[in-house]
Amino acid sequence: MIELVDVQKNFAGQMVVHPLNLTIKEGEFLTLLGPSGCGKTTILRMIAGFEQPTEGQIVLDGADLTALPPNRRDLNLVFQHYALFPHMTVEDNIAFGLKMKKLPQAEIKQRIEEAVAMTQLTPLVKRYPHQLSGGQQQRVAIARAIANKPKVLLLDEPLGALDLQLRKNLQSELKQLQRSLGITFVYVTHDQEEAMMLSDRIVIMNNGQVEQIGTPREIYATPATLFAATFVGENNIFSQDGRLFAVRPEKLKATRDTDAAKRTGVVQDVLYLGSIHKLVVQLDGEPMTVTIALDFTDERPWEIGEKLGVNWGSQDEVNIGA
Amino acid sequence: MRTRRSPWLGLHSLLMIIFIYVPILFIILFSFNDSRLSAEWRGFTLDWYVSLFDNDHVMDALENSLIVAVISTLAATLLGTLAAIAVRKVTRRLKLSMNGLMYLPIVIPDIIMGLSLLVLFRLLGVETGKTTIIIAHITFSMSYVYVVVSSRLAGMGKQLEEAAQDLGASPWQTFRHVTLPQITPGIISGALIAFTMSLDDFMVSFFVSGPSSTTLPIYIYGQVKRGISPEINALCTILILVSVTLIFLAQYMLNRGKGQKKQKMLPF
Repeated sequence: MIELVDVQKNFAGQMVVHPLNLTIKEGEFLTLLGPSGCGKTTILRMIAGFEQPTEGQIVLDGADLTALPPNRRDLNLVFQHYALFPHMTVEDNIAFGLKMKKLPQAEIKQRIEEAVAMTQLTPLVKRYPHQLSGGQQQRVAIARAIANKPKVLLLDEPLGALDLQLRKNLQSELKQLQRSLGITFVYVTHDQEEAMMLSDRIVIMNNGQVEQIGTPREIYATPATLFAATFVGENNIFSQDGRLFAVRPEKLKATRDTDAAKRTGVVQDVLYLGSIHKLVVQLDGEPMTVTIALDFTDERPWEIGEKLGVNWGSQDEVNIGA
Repeated sequence: MRTRRSPWLGLHSLLMIIFIYVPILFIILFSFNDSRLSAEWRGFTLDWYVSLFDNDHVMDALENSLIVAVISTLAATLLGTLAAIAVRKVTRRLKLSMNGLMYLPIVIPDIIMGLSLLVLFRLLGVETGKTTIIIAHITFSMSYVYVVVSSRLAGMGKQLEEAAQDLGASPWQTFRHVTLPQITPGIISGALIAFTMSLDDFMVSFFVSGPSSTTLPIYIYGQVKRGISPEINALCTILILVSVTLIFLAQYMLNRGKGQKKQKMLPF
């Protein structure tokens, strides 16, 4: 569907996106995940056409897009701060792209109706953006983009400006929307939970480089790098005989039998979180703490300051390099 | 929480306001005074306003002033707006120096603007008159339009235009349907300021005017040399009223469509 071939971007001599090869499949929900400044937004803007790659090509459906201006690319971007036209009503905002393409009036009307129905905006079509809440504005931005029936929808942290509860609601709406539209979504976020929940595949980025590409399950179960291991979910990193490996908190076992344990330590904190509780353990002879997650069936009482042993199965060790 | 303020602060503010506005108030007051000579109040009259409109010299000057103001405003608005739009597209360094050059006519003392323009017109052998006044007014009004429009453009950011492009609008469509509607209040506000500046200008006009191109401020100056008549007071009152109205209108236009983020002051 979309192919990025050796795409590279320099700003003022600094390489902000290292040479990148990525194939995005038709109908896929792909997320670019990473901390701010990792280059994820730059990649999205290169696909949209607002930035020109220093090297490489961007191919959509077999056609090279690299030299085309944004208005001649068959894809749409949902901006982080929505970028709704303040002097137009919701309806006119959604109609804008269709009018620019000079579609017939009847078709425009029908597409607006479809888009507002899908985003539950029907009663608000005559309002101006400043008369809408943040969540409603977000829906208008999405409606405006999908009315064009793009081959690909690009979303730049679309939920970043909303509060937590609203974000949760819109996340599931987005996922449903993507399923019913069947179009490819390329999504940018720094929120790993959001990425895990929505995506078919995740591209983890750091400092302009791809750390790992994989399904949420692969990313969680078998992180490829130290960064991937610690950025998504909680993890414990051990170093032994010159190799580095990660063990998830739920794979660690706490035992009072300190003699047979792989590591020993002292309980530094007990965190009760309802369905699970966590022990933060200061390891003996190592300047680090590990976190052990215990599920609700484990009702052993733990005291702060108590000595304990830490165990895990060697199949739960995930190698993340030396 | 209320903080106690010193009573001196209030007094100081009061004195400042008196200092600034009392002279203007006197001009307005005496434009209604029923006495040609004295500085003492003799009762209310509108005679001076009536005789003002019967005075051919005043009417000629008014006509000149309006012609100059309208033409220079139109030209300055167009040029200033185009400059503001063009400067966005250039590199940062060029932008800074362009900004400096565009601000300069606002900062340069009027007397130097006037003198330098006079020297230029002499060098080129252009006869001074309405045309030279119009050109002179365009040179400084353009800067005001530039300042107002470019601040509006900066406030708008690039996202809206990017969104328009993303939705398939060509560069011209983007300008026509998104950029222009967004900056129109700024353009109108800039034009109103340019009009006021042109109408009120004495110094620059004085240098580059010719025998048949007396504008209102120049006429007033000529009359005052022979003593202040109540007609002049009436004329000044009208000018004050027009200027204040235009500036308020400009401020209103500037704040329109900005929602909560009201700009409290003009940018200069």
